[in-house]
Amino acid sequence: MSDASTARNTSGQASESGVNGFFRRAERIRRLVIKEFIQIFRDNRMKGVILVLPFIQLFVFSYAMATDVRHVPTAVCDRDGTLQSRELTARFFGSGVFADVGAPRTDSELREILDLGKALVVLRFEPGFGAGIAAGRTMPLQILADGTDSNTAGIALQYANRIIRAFNDDLRRERLRRTAGTLPRAGDVAVESRSWYNPNREAVFYFVPGVVALIVSLVSLMLTGMAIVREKEIGTIEQIMVSPITPFEFIIGKTLPFALICIGEIVLVMSVAVFWFGIPVRGSIVLLFVAAGLYMLTTLGIGLLISTLCETQQQAMMSTFLFFTPAMLLSGFAFPIANMPDVIQALTLINPMRYFLVIIRSIFLKGTGIAVLWPQFTALALIGFTTFFLSSRRFRKTIS
Amino acid sequence: MIDLMRLRAVARKEFLHVIRDPRSLGLAIALPMFLMLTFGYALSLDVDRVGLLVLDRCDTPLSRDFAARFTGSRYFKLVSNIFSYIDIDRAFEQREAMLALSIPPDFERDLGAGRKVTVQILVDGSDANTATIALGYAESVIAGFSGDILLERLRRQGRRPPEMPVEIRPRAWYNPDMESRLFIIPGVMAVVLMIIAGLLTPLSVAREWETGTMEQLISTPVTRTELVLGKLAPYFTIGMLDVVLTLFASRYLFGVPMRGNPALLLSIAAVYLTAGLGLGIMLSIATRNQLLASQAAMVATFLPAMLLSGFISAISQMPDPVQAITRAFPARYFVTILKGIQLKGLGIQALHAEIIILLLFAGFFISLSIILFRKNLE
Repeated sequence: MSDASTARNTSGQASESGVNGFFRRAERIRRLVIKEFIQIFRDNRMKGVILVLPFIQLFVFSYAMATDVRHVPTAVCDRDGTLQSRELTARFFGSGVFADVGAPRTDSELREILDLGKALVVLRFEPGFGAGIAAGRTMPLQILADGTDSNTAGIALQYANRIIRAFNDDLRRERLRRTAGTLPRAGDVAVESRSWYNPNREAVFYFVPGVVALIVSLVSLMLTGMAIVREKEIGTIEQIMVSPITPFEFIIGKTLPFALICIGEIVLVMSVAVFWFGIPVRGSIVLLFVAAGLYMLTTLGIGLLISTLCETQQQAMMSTFLFFTPAMLLSGFAFPIANMPDVIQALTLINPMRYFLVIIRSIFLKGTGIAVLWPQFTALALIGFTTFFLSSRRFRKTIS
Repeated sequence: MIDLMRLRAVARKEFLHVIRDPRSLGLAIALPMFLMLTFGYALSLDVDRVGLLVLDRCDTPLSRDFAARFTGSRYFKLVSNIFSYIDIDRAFEQREAMLALSIPPDFERDLGAGRKVTVQILVDGSDANTATIALGYAESVIAGFSGDILLERLRRQGRRPPEMPVEIRPRAWYNPDMESRLFIIPGVMAVVLMIIAGLLTPLSVAREWETGTMEQLISTPVTRTELVLGKLAPYFTIGMLDVVLTLFASRYLFGVPMRGNPALLLSIAAVYLTAGLGLGIMLSIATRNQLLASQAAMVATFLPAMLLSGFISAISQMPDPVQAITRAFPARYFVTILKGIQLKGLGIQALHAEIIILLLFAGFFISLSIILFRKNLE
């Protein structure tokens, strides 16, 4: 109990020991927590920040990030106008992936449609396309894609490839049948593909659990740091320091309310994920909350650390941001870690958000248990306890 | 009406505030550079070397040849050869592999007999977009294999195989190699400027309200307009510095072309920055509280610039109501302009609508904040 004794000394309380002391301590923490809650919820605007903001983030993040490529704006420049070109066009628009946005006639119209971003993909049939195919020659079909959105264009081109492959297949089979009467028995490999965990491969399944992790990070990081710095800024921290409250109790009293608020947020956000977005929770919810608890040790710890480094809320906010942005970008939330250079990949090993994301996605979608996720849990616990321990020690030093 | 001396004094004071605090400088200079570097070097959405499991229940030369088509392609990386479905489950759960190829026991016999063989591909669908791309690769590999078998058979029969009817000739304009770097880097500037406008600015103004120094400022002969403009001047300067820095980095570090007129880009950046600063200062005048101002600014500036601008995720693929929402924020127009000028080489004629909208945003937010500021005092 060396923690307790140093804490006692700094606050000048010498006569606390045993069960009685424990109860008094618990009582003081309870009051601190109540004070904090009153302070937070007295302010209507704070209520807004806590209750409304996460939902805005959830919806905006989910709908903006989880983009399935399903209606690619496509223009068709058909200079051929034969049965063949029209049939291929119909196959494109019948696939549900390409949406018709116009038919440029001239090259300058075509350029304009791509320049202004009205279409992402343009199919260009040259004159003679249909005649050439009918004569059994190979005819080119030019597909122009707007490379400024290489991501969507890349997926769209995959779909285009698939459509043309099927078209070719059908035509060749038909032609063989016509020339030879029978098709050679050559055998053929067909594919039967199945997606596990997400049968329709909907992007929201992947992003919404990730957004839960983002919201927990933002709320716990920002509120803790700013709440303590606010007391510094308006001077009330001195009043608390002269009261019998020890720094240890102060730390618990300041972080516990935000941890509880975060747990509440997780419950709210998860309900929306399940009931609005229809995302399954296949694993253990208890395990999920354990992971959230371990993760919050880190974020609350960093919030605490930030509060020792900053004198004003402005500084706290900026420090939070300086921590949060790299942590988010290098977590695998939107950009796969496997794509990063090795040095950066090694750097992500100390990023707690990385582990929390893996856990939360696995529990939601795959129903994975602790038997598989223990390395992530161990990493989270290690990072969490170290951060919280170091920052609370630093915190005690700075205020005593 | 505006006294330049007083304006300069306010601006100078604000400038000192920024310079004195290492965090402000970090946010203003270091974070933008960090974003440029990570987006340029570390982050990519390209899908390659997808982890692959092969469950070859046939295990003959032909089936091994078939599997080698996958493992030999640069899109796949063989994680391991497995012997039962349970291994797939385990590997998917541990995220070691994303795709599993299962070849049936009769693969060689059935193909030799000219029958149709069905191979199974299991994909970890949790990351839907990556899974779709990986599945697309797999299907082309299989189609290629199928086609080769048919050709081989025809050749053996002494028949000329029919020509491939349609050959696809994809061409990506503006970004021929479809590098995700070229697509992402230009948008970084839109995000960076919103960090300056949405985080640095509102905090500084709200702080003056909270600590009471705003009253002191107001009691001086400085007018409201001077105060608002003076407050914004240093952030505007920093923002423009970031514009130049990011432009240089994207041109010379990451090889993003500058096909349009850089002067046009600079002037539009100034308009966008003004709109962002106006929005930021308006929020801080309206809330007068640092925590609220920063939270509100985050939602109104940074998040939309990141997510609702077409910077990373394509606006055309969002649901319609979300597409409508993107129109309410300046970032969307600016990202279109940035990509338009840098990659497409567009000029004022093609971009006039976006430019006018940005000008309107800038004028609206600045005048609204001056009006609100007056009201707040009365």
